[in-house]
Amino acid sequence: MAYDKFNILKSSAVPLPIENIDTDQIIPARFLKATERVGFGDNLFRDWRYNQDNSLKSDFPLNDNRFSGKILVGGKNFGSGSSREHAAWAVYDYGFRCVVSSFFADIFRNNCLNIGVLPVQTSAEFLQKIFDVIESDSDTQLIIDLPKQTITIDSTGAFENFEINSYKKENMLNGFDDIDYLMNIKDQIGEFAKNTPL
Amino acid sequence: MSKTLFDKVWDSHVVQQIEDGPDVLFIDRHLVHEVTSPVAFLGLKNRGVKVMSPKRTFATADHNTPTINQHLPVADPLSANQLKALEENAKAHGISYWGLGHEKNGIVHVVGPEYGITQPGATIVCGDSHTSTHGAFGAIAFGIGTSEVEMVLSTQCIMQPKPKTMRINVNGSLSKWVTPKDVALFIISQLSTSGATGYFVEYAGEVFRSLSMEGRMTVCNLSIEMGARGGIIAPDEKTFEYIKDREFTPKGAAWDKAMNYWSTLSTDEDATFDKEYTFDGSAIEPMITYGTNPGMGMRISGGIPTAESLDGGVATYKKSLDYMGYKEGDSMIGKKIDFVFLGSCTNGRIEDFRAFTEIVEGKKKADHVTAWLVPGSHKVLNAIKEEGLLDTLQAAGFELREPGCSACLAMNDDKIPAGKYAVSTSNRNFEGRQGPGSRTLLASPTVAAAAAVMGVVTDPRSLV
Repeated sequence: MAYDKFNILKSSAVPLPIENIDTDQIIPARFLKATERVGFGDNLFRDWRYNQDNSLKSDFPLNDNRFSGKILVGGKNFGSGSSREHAAWAVYDYGFRCVVSSFFADIFRNNCLNIGVLPVQTSAEFLQKIFDVIESDSDTQLIIDLPKQTITIDSTGAFENFEINSYKKENMLNGFDDIDYLMNIKDQIGEFAKNTPL
Repeated sequence: MSKTLFDKVWDSHVVQQIEDGPDVLFIDRHLVHEVTSPVAFLGLKNRGVKVMSPKRTFATADHNTPTINQHLPVADPLSANQLKALEENAKAHGISYWGLGHEKNGIVHVVGPEYGITQPGATIVCGDSHTSTHGAFGAIAFGIGTSEVEMVLSTQCIMQPKPKTMRINVNGSLSKWVTPKDVALFIISQLSTSGATGYFVEYAGEVFRSLSMEGRMTVCNLSIEMGARGGIIAPDEKTFEYIKDREFTPKGAAWDKAMNYWSTLSTDEDATFDKEYTFDGSAIEPMITYGTNPGMGMRISGGIPTAESLDGGVATYKKSLDYMGYKEGDSMIGKKIDFVFLGSCTNGRIEDFRAFTEIVEGKKKADHVTAWLVPGSHKVLNAIKEEGLLDTLQAAGFELREPGCSACLAMNDDKIPAGKYAVSTSNRNFEGRQGPGSRTLLASPTVAAAAAVMGVVTDPRSLV
């Protein structure tokens, strides 16, 4: 499935200054029973967002009406644990198009890239700067410039470069996915398969 | 040029290298389960594509299946629907399907090796992070997301940047009552849950050589818990002995041909790794976790570390201990527990049931403890009966359930209630992993058995 194109995103952000946020927190396993990719945003961070009686936990940032926007900013080692792509789907379905952290778990990062959510890895210092500036002004805008590979805090002009390989960058800019690429080289794959030992 | 074992297997599976991009990697075996596959099959349908290699694809139901009364219809309509979808998808694409009640059914990472689907030098993927388990056989095996499941179903390939390499050596020998799970929890406690992110790990040294295949699977299984994509152990006589004559392993001339390939599968002596760690096996003690990620493990006889003694965020650490209801400096020995879970792709094999039974033999389950003993597969279940373990377990007050992932991720009804403590042989102690509000202490089958009979966290060495 091709996805939304990503170019430059300017938005306020929701801060989640917690480390090691695992995919069981992003979406608990009991919400993985769907057979279609719909409605996962409702259960994003389910057990941190809701009390057991389904009332909202007012102190959780997603429930704090100071914070909104298309960018989620998390503590280091974001997305560890289970490979469930449902975690990336939940992030997307809730309305986020970019996740910022100082460190991402591998599978979560891949899953994001595969559905058109941009993972932006910053230094620990820059991440702290973002948390601080949002804390003092929740309307702070972040600018994610994919062509230039920069993340900028609009109010201060502070910025940092981020890494993305040029193949994935092209995909994100154009909304292409890997399956399109692989389908185009299927003959080559078929030839390769004939000579595999197992 | 000298190469690591990982490089040899990876490089021989690269169909195409994309400049400043990922490698197109050919996948030999694709394992499929009900939870992460339906949206991928839907993608194939939307594109009008069939599964490229049904013979390389194997489906089993495990994640949301009940572990009692499997002969009855599945009560939860959402789970039943997901199971039905897998069955229909497997049928439509000509994939072998080992559904609920099938004699070969079980946890995907338990049945793969049992039937010889898992082979040295193969590339193996599954939409499940614990696919790393299969690395115990010298395979490159790792978990993937659903978009990638769709890629493999439709093209038998995946696009992956090549990970960096790490070697972890554990030398010497293990003390008695120290299990493969303890070795893995010890390593993760040293490296943290992100210490191997970006790497593929080779386990080397006398300790891993001396482990059984089951023990090697436990270690490789937990590779993901330190962030690694996977773990791999060079195949040896033990490996070949294990896989020989299993249903899907090559036979006759094909076996000989495969052996020619498999005999090349070791790291060249002068090959180098991007990172290397070495530990002394004799210093490892029985382990238990006290927090909300698998890196928060300690020797069972120790005290919970203080926040100041650790690197990293004090706030996150305190939040974690608050969730667990523990304090810095607390001893874990003597902590009351409510549940024991023996099972999962980490510790649901026959060797794990033997270890558990050895401890509980001649004792009684503590009255207040609820114990869920869930074999990883029907094959394991049958072996438990045939070896007489079931009689011993029953005499000690334990019952067996039917195979599945069960309380490891609590997608079915096997949920630990809020606030309760479970000593669990599974792989993750994340908040609510075993049920909303549940508190998990990860440990070996041996430590779990000691807790089950004493009702509190107990050093198994004090019981024998």
